[in-house]
Amino acid sequence: MTMLRRPDLDGAASATSIVLATGYPRFAPVGDAALTVEFGNAVEPELNAQVIALDMALAAAELDGIVETVPSYRSLLICYEPSEISHHKLVAELHRLLGRGLQEHAERAMTWNVPVLYEPAYGIDLPEVAQRTHLTEEEVVSLHTSAEYFVYTIGYAPGMPYLGGVPPALHLSRRDTPRPRIEAGAIMIGGAQACIVPTTVPSAWYQLGVTPLRPFDVSRPDPFLFRPGDRIRFRRVARGEFEYLSRLSFEALLQYVRTEA
Amino acid sequence: MLRAVSPGPYVTVQDAGRPGWRRFGVSGCGAMDMPSLAAGNALVGNPSDTPALEFAHVGGSWEVLAESVRIAVTGGSFGMTVDGVAVHPWRSHRLQQGQVLHVKGASDTVWGYLAVAHGFDLAPQLGSCATHLRSGLGTGRIVEGDTLPLRSASAPIARERQLVPHACSTDPIRVVLGPQDGYFSRQEIAGFFASTYRMTHRSDRMGAWLDGPIVAHSGGFNVVSDGLVPGCIQIPGSGMPVVLLMDCQTIGGYPKLATIVSADLPRFVQYRPGSAVKFAAIDSDAAQLLYRGYRAALAAIPQSVREMPERTTLPFWLRPS
Repeated sequence: MTMLRRPDLDGAASATSIVLATGYPRFAPVGDAALTVEFGNAVEPELNAQVIALDMALAAAELDGIVETVPSYRSLLICYEPSEISHHKLVAELHRLLGRGLQEHAERAMTWNVPVLYEPAYGIDLPEVAQRTHLTEEEVVSLHTSAEYFVYTIGYAPGMPYLGGVPPALHLSRRDTPRPRIEAGAIMIGGAQACIVPTTVPSAWYQLGVTPLRPFDVSRPDPFLFRPGDRIRFRRVARGEFEYLSRLSFEALLQYVRTEA
Repeated sequence: MLRAVSPGPYVTVQDAGRPGWRRFGVSGCGAMDMPSLAAGNALVGNPSDTPALEFAHVGGSWEVLAESVRIAVTGGSFGMTVDGVAVHPWRSHRLQQGQVLHVKGASDTVWGYLAVAHGFDLAPQLGSCATHLRSGLGTGRIVEGDTLPLRSASAPIARERQLVPHACSTDPIRVVLGPQDGYFSRQEIAGFFASTYRMTHRSDRMGAWLDGPIVAHSGGFNVVSDGLVPGCIQIPGSGMPVVLLMDCQTIGGYPKLATIVSADLPRFVQYRPGSAVKFAAIDSDAAQLLYRGYRAALAAIPQSVREMPERTTLPFWLRPS
């Protein structure tokens, strides 16, 4: 497998060819109106890039009968209308698209600088994470802010980014008992993954802090902030700056956190 | 307006759902039993996907604040009264201001629908009025004292309508194997189809937890989370199947042994706690044929509505000739 180039700095629609792993892609029906295309069975940026590339190629092909698609780590779920396109026809079309070679597109990848308040009141699990990783809370925070995170997929709750890139020293198995209510804006880690909580959810992950940024707001023209392929960096802010940012309008906050990838 | 005097414990507004947003983590939602929602809407003259009230087990009491409103209750043989007088489900009724509709339980099903002519006056979010409690989309759970605005202030006097509820077979629930049947040995898969499962009380709009023989994984149970749809039969670490339903999350991380076909999902969700459930595998081609039949039957529901005979209060020998 060739190494994939990451999204270009100028954000132009440039492309590199993608080489598929042997034995893949694998096609499997999901009931009578959906099918899944698997590119592997691991959490790897290369597999995820293939998923996103097929998703874009399928959208560009504008086939009749495609209802919606759900790109995730290593597979693409395609929901279709069987009275417009049969399972066999769809699989044939997918083979045709794959046969032409997938191109990695880099049209809209963004890098986000997400401000985080790491204070005990919000970073409720900082002490436990520090204890279980044999680090100080300060070291946990500096590890968390040192990494660049990658948005593999959006799911679980509206607009919630599943992030890869957590430093290995912070990988912890989930809490035994999920907390029933984690509020929007919570910055969490769980195993090799991280996320920014968009709406109140139950979670067995660890909360390290809170951000004024909301990944989802149904009243915004585009309710969803992140897209698969985006990159995220967390930046520590003091309480004063956090409170200042919390009072900003969404548009003003956006100027503050968004940089073209 | 319709006022919730004492609504059932699990009443939400539902329509045909919110497709197109799964890629952003938004669940599809929508009626658990779409044919019953379509039937309720057809009885009051609405398009099939008009938002209606969906309730589990018990509908509760509703007072008409509007001048008048035409309603219908569908989904099962729900006992119901208007101001204490028994009336029938699967029929339209014109209620007047101040009248109280009371919808009790049904012995045969779980999910019921209360449809109103012209629908409720609610603003869609992301193209739908369907409620998703966990993400806060829609109106939320309807509680005592809530009032629901109606699109129409009154209902004209007209012949009421009825339809014969669709017969429910007790045949096995048909599924298509996959997408992750490879996580189970052939013996385990054969055992799953030979077994009888029971619906448990731990079932809601997100999923149905079954009870019965354990399905053992042959190679671990942690798959890399991927996309799923209502009807997916997930086998978590416990080995006890969970069927994902309308409010299920968009991606999940347990192996999905099989997926219930669209035509049988409305029948499956209506199984009451304690009911026996068996599954049967069909191939993808047969499933697609069934799908087309199901969609055609759904589209034909409005044509199955009949006008009721003229209501008379006098016995025939006293009627003017």
